[in-house]
Amino acid sequence: MQTVVTNVQTREFVITAIAHQPPVQDGRPVAPSSDPTTARTSLATMWKIRRFEEAVDDLFARGLMHGTMHLSIGQEASATGVCLALRERDAITSTHRGHGHCIAQGADLTRMMAELLAKESGYCRGRGGSMHIADVATGNLGANGIVGGGIPIAAGAALAYKMRGEDRVVASFFGDGATNEGAFHEGLNLAAIWDLPVVFVCENNKYGMSFSTEFSMAVPHVAERAAAYGMPGVTVDGNDLDAVHAAAAEAVDRARNGGGPTLIEAETYRWKGHSKSDKNLYRTREEIAEWRERDPILAFETKVTESGLLTAQDVAAARDEATEAIKNAVREANAGVDADPGDLLDAVFAPLDTQDVTR
Amino acid sequence: MTAVAENTAADTATERGEMTYSEAIREGLAEAMAADDRVFMLGEDVGVYGGAFGVSGDLVHRFGKDRVRDTPISELGIVGAAVGAALAGMRPIVEIQFSDFTCQAMDQIVNQAAKIHFMLGGAVSVPMVLRTPLGSGTGAAAQHSQSLEAWFAHVPGLKVVMPSTVSEVKGLLLAAIDDPNPVVFLEHKLLYRTKGVVPAGADRVPLGKTVVRREGADLTIVATGVMVNRSLEAAEQLAAEGIEATVVDPVTLTPLDEGPILDAVRRTGRVLLVQEAPGHVGYMGEIAARIAGSSALYSLEAPIKRLCGLDAPMPYAPALESAMVPQLADIVSAARTLATQEA
Repeated sequence: MQTVVTNVQTREFVITAIAHQPPVQDGRPVAPSSDPTTARTSLATMWKIRRFEEAVDDLFARGLMHGTMHLSIGQEASATGVCLALRERDAITSTHRGHGHCIAQGADLTRMMAELLAKESGYCRGRGGSMHIADVATGNLGANGIVGGGIPIAAGAALAYKMRGEDRVVASFFGDGATNEGAFHEGLNLAAIWDLPVVFVCENNKYGMSFSTEFSMAVPHVAERAAAYGMPGVTVDGNDLDAVHAAAAEAVDRARNGGGPTLIEAETYRWKGHSKSDKNLYRTREEIAEWRERDPILAFETKVTESGLLTAQDVAAARDEATEAIKNAVREANAGVDADPGDLLDAVFAPLDTQDVTR
Repeated sequence: MTAVAENTAADTATERGEMTYSEAIREGLAEAMAADDRVFMLGEDVGVYGGAFGVSGDLVHRFGKDRVRDTPISELGIVGAAVGAALAGMRPIVEIQFSDFTCQAMDQIVNQAAKIHFMLGGAVSVPMVLRTPLGSGTGAAAQHSQSLEAWFAHVPGLKVVMPSTVSEVKGLLLAAIDDPNPVVFLEHKLLYRTKGVVPAGADRVPLGKTVVRREGADLTIVATGVMVNRSLEAAEQLAAEGIEATVVDPVTLTPLDEGPILDAVRRTGRVLLVQEAPGHVGYMGEIAARIAGSSALYSLEAPIKRLCGLDAPMPYAPALESAMVPQLADIVSAARTLATQEA
């Protein structure tokens, strides 16, 4: 994204260069596990997501962070694989479990952490918190506290791109729970009838809070629901970075070339509870342990070291880079000033002279 | 869902001086689309059908199917698509056929459109207009006749407009389209065929300005939507009896310009608040609270009087429907009683 929102009260938005340029060779997307640079950055991204969430989990447990949060530990490959397939100026809509999407799109870790620590320097100036962190400069149209809330919004953004003749794509993340909402039906239907450039990404982590997909749907796979909208539906191992990326790259390519939307179901699992109130009464320790064995980060590390693409040192370096980045983010964020309650009423409406944003 | 179709062909203005409320809206829509590529309409049957109430009329032939976009019956999807398009730099205008159907879209209106600017720390805004007809008087019964303005006005982040005059509706619409915030634009069905003079050109009527429609020393009537016209008619009848009423129209419910209302109450000492919606927790309760919480309270010579719709769903039978909401005679009677009440 090159453009900037300015003129919003006293706020200046600093736009950082985004590293989005999906790896391509001979017109074909390159699998993360086949290119050393991509492998290293993807690994660092997944580790940043995990370390970020471990850090907020820890800060919360120590009483240094308030509110609630929804952690995506165990789901890092779906966010990373999908966002890797997007280009600069593409967009995403995210969810209440959205830290990973935000990081994978290239958001600044310090401003994310500052938001969670209720600082004025946070992405939402302390007004949004965990469920609303979004870096609009990286094309993040918003994390969303309402299950399914982002799905029709993604269709609308894609409609705008299509009407303006821009070859931009929107990836819309949501969970399995959202697929039982009316917003899912209405959003997918609009995208399908208007051939909109949207990639719908269902991160199926098996539970809508405590309710298993075994009981919440009468079909085995979310992807089967795509047939109702006349769009392709594909189920992939959401813990396999290569598989997620391959499905996303194909769907993004189709969307960008006028082929319309796709529904991708990435089967994954959240290691942590739904939110901070979760006592894990609805699933077994054995089940959680079994999925922890399928750690998406470890799986990718094993794959690329066994193939000889990366060395053990490379892998450790990616992890250390992430660990260091999160430590810095916590330190820098803590140094920020607390969110200012002074201008709350001024923040409700955008001022009339708000300049238009070309995102 | 009923299709209370009105004949748009009959609405064609004969000359510049006379135009209906729906024609004025259509002119505003056309001018906004002609002036700005970002502006487009979407809604159910807004295309060749011309809109359930005939407001979009022939616009599809002038601006094409892309910009006068027919949608499936999918209110949540339509409003959500407008939110997304607005976030992506467009200026969508949504038409929801009946304001009752906004219930299907409430998440996108209340949780998304209204809150995104604030929730994201001001990084983005949601410049969209949601036009929808409200009110009774068409025999459409409980699910097609409500006045839900207080719901929207209660949600921080939504601007809410209830244009009551043909002369201002176009300018208000253009201002709403310009506004970087989501604006809920509530058009009373009984106003669509009313006629008036609409200024030519692209003059905006700013949102957030209360208008004093008539001056009179004996009491103040505050009214919204179609009740403004009814109150003005009542004021004429009262004048024949020697009672002079000031009639005040907030026009924009959020943000409310309370100054002219409080000033009128200070001048007249008596105030009648008239709305079509049920009285319980209605918008006029807010107006009463503003008066009671200000120094205008000390000018009151009689208790604040509200005249509202009954606290019941809208019935079908004509006699029942008209009994539900304040009629001309009710306003005259309530105003007369208030104006002659002993201090």
